[in-house]
Amino acid sequence: MTTMPTLLDLVTRRARVENHGPWPRVVVDDVTWQTAGERLATGQWSLLGLWAEPDTVHAALSEADTFAVVSLACDGRFPSLGRAHAPAQRLERTIRDLFGLVPDGLPDARPWLDHGRWGVRAPLGKNRERSSLLQGGVGASSARDLSYPFLPAEGEGLHQIPVGPVHAGIIEPGHFRFTANGETVVRLEARLGYVHKGIEGLMAGADLWRATMLAGRTSGDSTVAYALAFARASEAALGIEPPPRAHWLRALMAELERVANHFGDIGAICNDASFALMHTHCGMLREQVLRAADTCFCHRLMRDCVAPGGVTIDLDDAGYRVLTALVGDIRKRFPALIDLYDNTASLQDRTVGTGRLAPALAREYAAGGYVGRASGRAFDARRNVPYTPYDELAFDVPVLEEGDVNARVWIRIREVEQSLAIIDQVLERLPVGETSVLLPLTSGVGPCEGVALVEGFRGDVLVWLKLDRDTSVVRCHLRDPSWFQWPLLEAVIEGNIVADFPLCNKSFNCSYSGHDI
Amino acid sequence: MRKLLLESLTRRPVTEPAPAADTAAVAALAAALDRTARQKLGRSLSIREVDAGSCNACELEIHALNNAFYDLERFGLRFVASPRHADVLLVTGPVTKNMREALERTYAATPDPKWVVAVGNCAVDGGLFAGSYAVTGGVSQVIPVDLHIRGCPPRPIDLLKGLLALLEQQDG
Repeated sequence: MTTMPTLLDLVTRRARVENHGPWPRVVVDDVTWQTAGERLATGQWSLLGLWAEPDTVHAALSEADTFAVVSLACDGRFPSLGRAHAPAQRLERTIRDLFGLVPDGLPDARPWLDHGRWGVRAPLGKNRERSSLLQGGVGASSARDLSYPFLPAEGEGLHQIPVGPVHAGIIEPGHFRFTANGETVVRLEARLGYVHKGIEGLMAGADLWRATMLAGRTSGDSTVAYALAFARASEAALGIEPPPRAHWLRALMAELERVANHFGDIGAICNDASFALMHTHCGMLREQVLRAADTCFCHRLMRDCVAPGGVTIDLDDAGYRVLTALVGDIRKRFPALIDLYDNTASLQDRTVGTGRLAPALAREYAAGGYVGRASGRAFDARRNVPYTPYDELAFDVPVLEEGDVNARVWIRIREVEQSLAIIDQVLERLPVGETSVLLPLTSGVGPCEGVALVEGFRGDVLVWLKLDRDTSVVRCHLRDPSWFQWPLLEAVIEGNIVADFPLCNKSFNCSYSGHDI
Repeated sequence: MRKLLLESLTRRPVTEPAPAADTAAVAALAAALDRTARQKLGRSLSIREVDAGSCNACELEIHALNNAFYDLERFGLRFVASPRHADVLLVTGPVTKNMREALERTYAATPDPKWVVAVGNCAVDGGLFAGSYAVTGGVSQVIPVDLHIRGCPPRPIDLLKGLLALLEQQDG
């Protein structure tokens, strides 16, 4: 038996890395790193993130109320956590693609984000190499290195259906490889990385404002959540505190973003069951939220409104009245739509029991957002890692056990109601005063590091960063909740019919861009 | 459900009056479009949307064009599921290297005459992502572009103005 019963023990027995906040960061050796893998595999700890620097790998871990970053120095190789804990596998494949660090023992040798088209290998690593393989182009697809072996599925009467990367709808690109027996899906494997923009590469050397803009463009539907997570991480690193009014305005924007996205999703899920009436009405509600956001904050998606030190725009009296009216209007019209969803048997027939995610899997993957909470995982960063002003607000975190499409719809419905309650409270108690503080021109202490976990509409967004003395970014990692949700989509579709895939997919609504970074 | 449907009979539609076509776009297109090709199509365009590396914000606003406020189809504009049915490719994103081939193939699969509209600042020149090892740096680096609609993302009303300019050019 090892002498490391809890994460708290592990952290308190070691020297904390200086200038890292708010969670502790400790440096461990190979053996302890592997023990962490075992703790993850037994479900005692949860994996919140796994990323690298050119000569270090970092893991964000949690156990109950303890959150920590654990780091391992490595020279080209590190022991794979994914060998024991499957949720780490795609993250480790990404580390190998971007940094050239090899996860020893990782069972999957295939690349993940690297499709062999960048013209460079290990673009963020110490030994960045030009690769001879280049420039896609229609003709280049015959090149052997561009092929990607999907996991096999064998048996009588099986056929494959390849879908994407260009899909039929107006959605992001990704490839899905279905293996079906008649109508029943026996295996789905996704291939992602098509929208990899190299955001973490662009982050290196960027000043705080440019980096904030990049963070806000990681996933367009979560621009507030990403900007907020980035701002909180950099404020933790620099040891600065935004004014109270800024905190409350951030929460206001975050909840408007959540409500707008949930309306979009609820409508779109019903639309994928060909129930256009819900789609139309939810689409109108969504549009009204975006218009209100535009009136109040000069941008429909509230992009670049949150920044380190506070917010870039204040709410005036007219905006206050617009939001009060908006909440009143939604309260008047949403209940009829909830009834419509609840009382339409043909719609329920499609959503109830479809795409069921077992609570054990949701726990293993530490799945955030409605995906986790519809499958019994009661985790919400606003509640479990409380940040201002959520520690002062009254709200519930709805949780269900069923784990089907229907449960994921209901979690969204209940969360809209909770968000409206939060918006009420923010409008009522919004502190007066400044909306931002000036940022320091130097960190004062040399390089400094910060981490933040923020609840976006889709789940918890993690940002870890290291700032240089002049506050420019040395390294910034952005982890979308989708990393721990995409693999579960593959699990829930098994045994469902092909025609129900759009429903399952929409009920997850994972991000491609946030995942592909 | 009956109540909701009855309400929509008695309530004034939320759909907004058509905006004027973007004059700058009209001028830009006059140079780009071939007059005879325009006349063949009449006042109707089928649009295929291609995300070539966007952050998804442009997609959200393109989606909004279908909601009751903008109601794109009243103009004879509609989104189609395949490039083979399309007259217009609406392309977003800085064109990642991983999407380049898919975009080229989509373009090749679209029958002539065809037009390409690049949507969003990063579709113009890579935007904030320009210079990354993973992006080509704009749609026109890969396929010919007839019209750019800027914004990050462009508001639906700006998208609508740009698309209406495309229609007007066809009339002319």
